[in-house]
Amino acid sequence: MLSSVQNPRVLLLHCRRSKPFHHHHHHHHSKSIHAASLAHPISASIPTSQIQTIQKSILSREKTTRQFAEEFLNRLRLTEPHVKSFLHVSETVLNEADEIDRKIDRNEDIGPLAGVLVAVKDNICTADMPSTAGSKLLENYRPPYDATAVKKLKESGAIIVGKTNLDEFGMGSTTEGSAYHVTANPWNLEYVPGGSSGGSAAAVSARQCVVSLGSDTGGSVRQPASFCGVVGLKPTYGRVSRYGLVAYASSLDVIGCIGTSVADAGILLQSICGHDNLDATSSKREVSDFTSQFISKDYFESQPLKGLRVGVISETLGDGVDQEVVSSIRGAISHLEELGCTVTEVSLPSFSLGLPAYFVLASSESSSNLSRYDGIRYGNQTVSDELSAVYGGSRANGFGPEVKRRILMGTYALSAGYYDAYYKRAQQVRTVVQKSFKAALDVHDILISPAAPSAAYKIGEKKNDPLAMYAGDIMTVNVNMAGLPALVLPCGFVKDGSASLPVGFQMIGSAFDEEKLLKVGHIFEQTLQDMVVAMYHPPWNPGLLFLTSMADPLVTVVFAIVKAA
Amino acid sequence: MALTLFRGIQTRPLLPYSTAFSARKHVIFCSMQSTQTEASTRSKQQAPSNFTETARAKAVEKVLKDFEAIIGIETHVQLSTTTKAFCSCAYNYGSQPNSCVCPVCMGLPGALPVLNSKVIKCAVMLGLALNCKLSLSSKFDRKQYFYPDLPKGYQISQFDIPIATNGFIDVDLPLEFGGGHRRFGITRVHMEEDAGKLLHTGSGRVPLLEIVSEPDMRTGIEAAEYAAELQRVVEIKNLNSFSAMSRAIDFEIARQAELYNQAQADEIVQETRLWEEGSQKTVTMRKKEGLADYRYFPEPDLPEVILTEEYVNGIRDSLPELPEMKRRRYEQMGLTMQDVLFLANDVNVAEFFDATIANISDIKLAANWIMGDIAAYMKNEKLSINEIKLSPQELSDLIGSIKSGTISGKIGKEILLELMEKGGTVKGLIEEKDLVQIVDPDEIEKIIDKVIANNPKQLEQYRGGKTKLQGFFAGQVMKESKGKANPGLLNKILVEKLNAKS
Ligand SMILES: [Zn+2]
Repeated sequence: MLSSVQNPRVLLLHCRRSKPFHHHHHHHHSKSIHAASLAHPISASIPTSQIQTIQKSILSREKTTRQFAEEFLNRLRLTEPHVKSFLHVSETVLNEADEIDRKIDRNEDIGPLAGVLVAVKDNICTADMPSTAGSKLLENYRPPYDATAVKKLKESGAIIVGKTNLDEFGMGSTTEGSAYHVTANPWNLEYVPGGSSGGSAAAVSARQCVVSLGSDTGGSVRQPASFCGVVGLKPTYGRVSRYGLVAYASSLDVIGCIGTSVADAGILLQSICGHDNLDATSSKREVSDFTSQFISKDYFESQPLKGLRVGVISETLGDGVDQEVVSSIRGAISHLEELGCTVTEVSLPSFSLGLPAYFVLASSESSSNLSRYDGIRYGNQTVSDELSAVYGGSRANGFGPEVKRRILMGTYALSAGYYDAYYKRAQQVRTVVQKSFKAALDVHDILISPAAPSAAYKIGEKKNDPLAMYAGDIMTVNVNMAGLPALVLPCGFVKDGSASLPVGFQMIGSAFDEEKLLKVGHIFEQTLQDMVVAMYHPPWNPGLLFLTSMADPLVTVVFAIVKAA
Repeated sequence: MALTLFRGIQTRPLLPYSTAFSARKHVIFCSMQSTQTEASTRSKQQAPSNFTETARAKAVEKVLKDFEAIIGIETHVQLSTTTKAFCSCAYNYGSQPNSCVCPVCMGLPGALPVLNSKVIKCAVMLGLALNCKLSLSSKFDRKQYFYPDLPKGYQISQFDIPIATNGFIDVDLPLEFGGGHRRFGITRVHMEEDAGKLLHTGSGRVPLLEIVSEPDMRTGIEAAEYAAELQRVVEIKNLNSFSAMSRAIDFEIARQAELYNQAQADEIVQETRLWEEGSQKTVTMRKKEGLADYRYFPEPDLPEVILTEEYVNGIRDSLPELPEMKRRRYEQMGLTMQDVLFLANDVNVAEFFDATIANISDIKLAANWIMGDIAAYMKNEKLSINEIKLSPQELSDLIGSIKSGTISGKIGKEILLELMEKGGTVKGLIEEKDLVQIVDPDEIEKIIDKVIANNPKQLEQYRGGKTKLQGFFAGQVMKESKGKANPGLLNKILVEKLNAKS
């Protein structure tokens, strides 16, 4: 799987086989590769796959797994007091790294994620670490089992570096809803990292880990990826087993991948996806080799995405969307056109209906999913003689305000007399949304929108304005309603006062066609550098430099620390 | 004006058996309507003619002159599959609570239910056996309520699209209750998870099928027969007495009628009442049930249950003969309704009977043996037909041996007793005990000669006109032959000898 980029000859073959984006790509075209590109050895193109770099280095014994692990842990120790991505950090990382080094010494199979430090959102169960889902009700809860995704990570050789912060039970868009602490945006510590997978996105952004797992119910992987300037992949519903993911809204929840490159997000997805007997909603569809379609920049033709039909969702670039965000997206669109895409605007009239319907459905399911947290089996039990007082007391003390709000909303929506007006109607909207996406994707290969209507905002800015926070999910919730895959990747920066904050754009694909999203994303991110530099004016350059070189935002963090001191 | 008067009598859990299904409880929905308010539109159910054997029955009959009881039954059938409904944990009925628990049964955060395909198979079998319309696409829902032993806070059930609907069950009422054929509607059959038992987290979550009848029953005996037929259909091999159910319902009918007559009808509320065997009364168990808002919504963790025609047809073809078909088959063989009900209503007896008649032509004779000596023995010894040592093969051999004259009927009865008690073969017993009938006329003649020679006085009396003494001689001869003399030959030769003028 990894050899495609490591080995130029294999890559060459892949490049030859690579499919042009025709509307019906049943057959493979042989593409001639011009002599010049053949002459180039594979370079560590930008942004590079950290996973592949690690794998190559440890296998060639250029560096040990322990050295990589120590680098990340040192950075984690330095940054964590300021970023606060984690709720729990593993104490066995170095031991596990040593074990991989021993395996390499013994020439044993080490797995595709060997030595890769993966951070896991704390609503994904891990047998040897706490799994609180960001809630006081699950404080000190240690599940007796690993989530299927975690089990697969371990089988692939990954090292779980720790559990990342989130809005309680995944309900929120900032991590301010965590019962434990707020995570900061590594690009500017006064800003939110987004949510609910804010900890996972911040940890990758601050290079505290290589990649991370998040969960995405209404945008919880994609929005923080956009806010933190990293790549976020929300797979098709059912692509990754939900077994061991603490349920928020079961019909919308999916475990997603966060990395610093599209390649890493794809490699991570490859190792966790597939059917699972323990999740009846996990798909039995065959999983293709996502990375086999990756083409290195050095082998591109002048228009590597020629023929790709891109639809820009017109509703997502109108009122209520930050103008600088719109400019960034327009920039990305121009870039796609440069790469050969045919870009047209497409209208999804149901788009605005998605948000309220999403909140009805997600709240309804969450009111049911959270009814098990009665304070008896988990969490802090309120001392009381009266049984119902125990239940009532624990729930009142244990749940945060956002969770209570959604439980109330959901209970109401499902109640007799209101069901038809709320839940049932929301389900009907869901069907309409699914159909409109289907129709749009029948005539477009991918759809484009911003990942969020704005870049990151300041911590505390929307904390007491839940409606404003909900409105921020408008770009992402429809995709969950339709169950489709989507990839968010950085495409620019916006300025907020002195802060320069990343912006991501979202590519939405047909169900189970992650492969196409990853292929397009991989080409996009490798070529962005030149395009963006040419497009923007100097004030953006410092930020662009971070982006294009994928420079360590640690610099920003350290800078902020220095300023604070 | 439909007044729901009471809901639910829970009879004691029935013992589980290692068959496809075992019934756990019957929740009886009983509602009653006063016929006074709509006498013109509804015809009263005629009380069965001999429905008067007890005072209770009399009381109910009296009540039914003024009231009509409308009874529907909810039945929970617990599947004795080897795994639980929604996880792959092994499940053994009666095992220690908590002895087998996984994240799914415990409702741990992140755990997901996965439907055991055997549950679907059982549901389809039951739906077909109950003549239901199957939903080729059905779904699960969450039924949400507060209960300390409901680990997830909801129960997985089927709400608006159950797997089977709109069926019926045919019943032949016992002759002692007037007999007659009844057809009771089945509203629906659905799959659900057992809600578990108080404070034994993890003990529950066993697969359940719930069968809801139409409110087609009018008396306790009809309800009990419905339940008994259901048990036969789902092949529960133990036939419990349903008289408790019948008595509970009749008590309840009388109780509610009494409250009506005393203008206390407002005391009749929707509730679950428990039958107390000791005092022969129903008492309140839970009130205000059914007022809860269960906030049903589609279970997002389970995909729709899709059945193909092919799958359904495969199951239909493999269905065993249903009790109703069995009764009609026996009826066509020429058996009386009394025989039919006795033989067909216990699946084990029916199996025994069918195996017995596979080799012999005299069906009536086989029925008589089973319903006579064998039934009496089973009753005395409190054994089921599977527990006696006699096999159907030996019974047919026995009947054959009697018919062919190898043994006498009298010896047949003796052998039967031994076969039921100790087992063995008819052939073996006949040889071992030298029981072969004497059919050689010369041999019989010798014995007769001997008896006549030993009783000169009685011979003189016989010949003097006291012909009744023939019986005495026959008895003596039979005794002398150790019961083996062929009775026909014996009598023929004896008469000749006695009447011979010497
Ligand atoms: Zn289990």
